[in-house]
Amino acid sequence: MNAFLNENLILLNFTAYESGFGKETALFFVKAIVVIAVLLAVIVLTTSAFKGNNIAADVTGCKSVNTDSAESVQAFLQVYKVLMSPRCMNCHPAGDEPLQGDDNRVHTMKAQRGKDGKGVYAAKCSNCHQPENTPGLHTPPGNPKWSLPPANMKMVFQGRTARQLALQIMDYNKNGHKNKKQLLEHARDTLVKAGWNMGEGRKPPPLTYDAFVKAWDTWIQKGGYAPE
Amino acid sequence: MINLTINQKAYEVDVNPDMPLLWVIRDVIGLVGTKYGCGVAQCGACVVHLNGEAVRSCVTKVKRAQGGKITTIEGLSEKNDHPLQKAWIELDVPQCGYCQSGQLMSAAVLLRENPNPGDEDIDAAMAGNICRCGTYLRIRKAIHLAAEIQRKESNNK
Repeated sequence: MNAFLNENLILLNFTAYESGFGKETALFFVKAIVVIAVLLAVIVLTTSAFKGNNIAADVTGCKSVNTDSAESVQAFLQVYKVLMSPRCMNCHPAGDEPLQGDDNRVHTMKAQRGKDGKGVYAAKCSNCHQPENTPGLHTPPGNPKWSLPPANMKMVFQGRTARQLALQIMDYNKNGHKNKKQLLEHARDTLVKAGWNMGEGRKPPPLTYDAFVKAWDTWIQKGGYAPE
Repeated sequence: MINLTINQKAYEVDVNPDMPLLWVIRDVIGLVGTKYGCGVAQCGACVVHLNGEAVRSCVTKVKRAQGGKITTIEGLSEKNDHPLQKAWIELDVPQCGYCQSGQLMSAAVLLRENPNPGDEDIDAAMAGNICRCGTYLRIRKAIHLAAEIQRKESNNK
């Protein structure tokens, strides 16, 4: 770096003399350029350092004022328990087949994600999953938006560590293109809320819905940090 | 009162809006080609088309079908000459026959969306239709044949 600057100083000195400037004027210009270059280097290095940090700078508009990494991470660990519960993970599988039941077994009937996440051919989700729960044991739970994430943005939960999942959700290009406001709204989505209206014979997620929303909001509002 | 269009015919039925569509089709309207199998959307015997999709009528409440277009096996074709019906006859697909109207209605959606399905497409579309007689191999063969018939018919038009 120093060698590079010295070389440029010599070059600039030479150019300044050639242009007919006085020695002092030339030196002033050179110093000014060096100062600007150093400032720019500091800015670039600082930015890249933050990129390597846990701050979720990728979510558009996610520039929280009152960030608190400890509180944020603590909240996410609560959120993570819910996201990894069958009620959430069954529709965020690692493969292209949904899961079902409290033991996350592969969905019967060879159900497939399909391009839009709504199944394929005669096996579309809404052919069995009605706009509301069907009464009785072993019947399909329902919601008007019943589906998996689409094939071009699978938003996989299954197999993700807490850190991986937090970073994925805070990444605008991996979270269904949601900015901070949309992420906060997502916890209020009727399909997310349906996780707590699971139908007969299924366990609810490990937190109450209100506790989940509170933890979700805290996690994001405090900076959207990912656990180490 | 709930308004339904079944096989292009309008009906007005006075039933509980939560009644399964299957009961309305069979017991109120009297179209008994669609069958009751499991009652919990697991077997596919009750498949009908609601606005073109292969819904399971045993768990579909009739209020969901309000104002919608329903097609049952009786309305799949005017003269029982849908390519699938021709193929089913040609290959003697059914054994006891109980699940076959559901099989045909599911296969009809597959052929509409994919006129040239491979075995994997057939599996993905049909795995939710159970046949206790085990006619699966003939069903697969018949769907391939129906696709061929459909292609020829469309080339002759």
